[in-house]
Amino acid sequence: MSEKKDKMNRRDFMNSGIRFSVALGIGGIAGTLLNKTQKQSYVWQLDPEKCIQCGQCADKCVLTPSAVKCVHVYDMCGYCDLCGGYLRPNTKEITTAAESQLCPTSAIERRFIEEPFFEYHIIDELCIGCGKCVKGCAAFGNGSLQLQVRHDICVNCNECAIARDCPADAFERVPADNPYLLTGNSNNKESKS
Amino acid sequence: MNKKIAYIIVFILISFQIYNTYAIQRFPKPEFESGHTQPPTITPDPRAAMWDTIDVFILFVSLSVITWFILKKRSRKGVFWMSILSIIYFGFFREGCVCSVGSLQNITLALFNPDYHIPITVIAFFALPIIYTLFFGRTFCAGICPLGAIQDIFVLKPMPVKAWLEKVLGIFPFIYLALAVLYAATKTDFIICRYDPFVGFFRFNATFTMFAIGGILLLIGIFIARPYCRFLCPYGVILNLVSRVSKKHLTITPAECIQCRLCEDSCPFGAIEKPVPAKMKENKDFAIRRFIILAVITPLFMLAGGYAGSQFHENLAKVNHKVQLAEELSKNKTYETELEPIEITAFKTSGKSLDDLYKEATIIIDEFYIGGWIVGLFIGLVFGLTLLSLSVYRYREDYEPNKGTCLSCGRCMKYCPVKPEID
Repeated sequence: MSEKKDKMNRRDFMNSGIRFSVALGIGGIAGTLLNKTQKQSYVWQLDPEKCIQCGQCADKCVLTPSAVKCVHVYDMCGYCDLCGGYLRPNTKEITTAAESQLCPTSAIERRFIEEPFFEYHIIDELCIGCGKCVKGCAAFGNGSLQLQVRHDICVNCNECAIARDCPADAFERVPADNPYLLTGNSNNKESKS
Repeated sequence: MNKKIAYIIVFILISFQIYNTYAIQRFPKPEFESGHTQPPTITPDPRAAMWDTIDVFILFVSLSVITWFILKKRSRKGVFWMSILSIIYFGFFREGCVCSVGSLQNITLALFNPDYHIPITVIAFFALPIIYTLFFGRTFCAGICPLGAIQDIFVLKPMPVKAWLEKVLGIFPFIYLALAVLYAATKTDFIICRYDPFVGFFRFNATFTMFAIGGILLLIGIFIARPYCRFLCPYGVILNLVSRVSKKHLTITPAECIQCRLCEDSCPFGAIEKPVPAKMKENKDFAIRRFIILAVITPLFMLAGGYAGSQFHENLAKVNHKVQLAEELSKNKTYETELEPIEITAFKTSGKSLDDLYKEATIIIDEFYIGGWIVGLFIGLVFGLTLLSLSVYRYREDYEPNKGTCLSCGRCMKYCPVKPEID
């Protein structure tokens, strides 16, 4: 009986030894990594300068419709009548008819401001993030339409499903207190609050 | 007027060819005479950082509560309701992300890539369940892990799996873990997240294939309890190993086992070890000789595995996007504009040089060569140790849970007729 007790003790001793080293290991890993963390949290964002508007954002996001949507940087907009983001390139007439619109879901609203300027609004509920208008605007216009991850929708996945399939490698983690990578947007900070 | 429009269209068509560049103020922003003010650009804030803290807090609290249910209260009902809560919160509300299973990839990525800033939340999600397992067994698996919890409610008609099959299938999680670490370390992909079969249910959104795989796993789970946890989960591998040395663990009986055999078939996961009578003890010399042979064979397994892994490294590396791109470009194919793969278009517009890409791809393939060796050595070791563990005789008097494979679900506890001792 005493022999058996001895055996148990040996096993217990070994177990606590291993337990201690595992705890040390986990603590070590956590400690090393804690050194590398930063207080602020990070979120996913796409860099419009790298984006090639391939249209994958609309499909690859874990959400349907995608958390990537077109964001209009009004500061950059020329308020053109002949808008490359709104109209199909070879459209005959400048009208708001569906056949002359570039957007497959009619998510851009065109409002007359004054001769000859028009203002374009993205209707969030309709936008699927396909980037067709972004491509048109970048090619013909100022590039005021830009694709962005909308953080009110994004669930901030561990590894962004669009990022790993993005052919242009345009996705990156950005600090959560400055979560948009818009170009030419002067009211970035103000509009946040 | 018509001529003017035609002129503009021609200009546009030309510019489409020339400029594919981005954001140039070709047309100045107008000054409005009607006093129109420009609307602000919409940039909503991300979820408040406070929520991350809440997630970690809820993980901590729920782990403590379920551990209390399992070890102190001995209540299967409590475990069940905790798994329902976990499915609701970590599953449907948080949409299955961040989860501890996936977090091991972030940990790997952070260890191998100094420029990746890992969030503290992810470290907590990785470490907390391991610490709890170290002290109390796999209480995380019992009902806090949303992936385990959703399978657990599908355990309706569990059937025993043959021991040899269980052992063979039990090697898959190790392979999965090795590959997940390899691909995370080489910055290639997070395969655990990509092939997560249940997250699609939590988000009501997945590709057809993933829905099908998830659905099939859940249906299989009716008969073969928790197939993902037992035969795939890579985080379960870590918890399995850690749990073997846990300080405390779920016990089938609250006091002394009377060997009534009532609990014998109660475990849907086959994790109850039956008593081994002393007379079954085999010839000591034979056992020792077999142990020595297996101990010699194990390094050979490792070498063979490592060599195989290293020979296979180019195929392993093909998952990497950069390697794929370099390979595709090196074929020097010409595409029609419409048919050109978007990756190649993207590369051409990015202005990177082909040589740089090839260099990067070579470095990645070299990493995979080393990685292939390590993965192979590891899998060989797992093979060897699995055989060794099968050959080791362990004397046991009572019905005990296997500390490694027991998921601490607590189903066996109500089968035990022994009343707890009153202190």
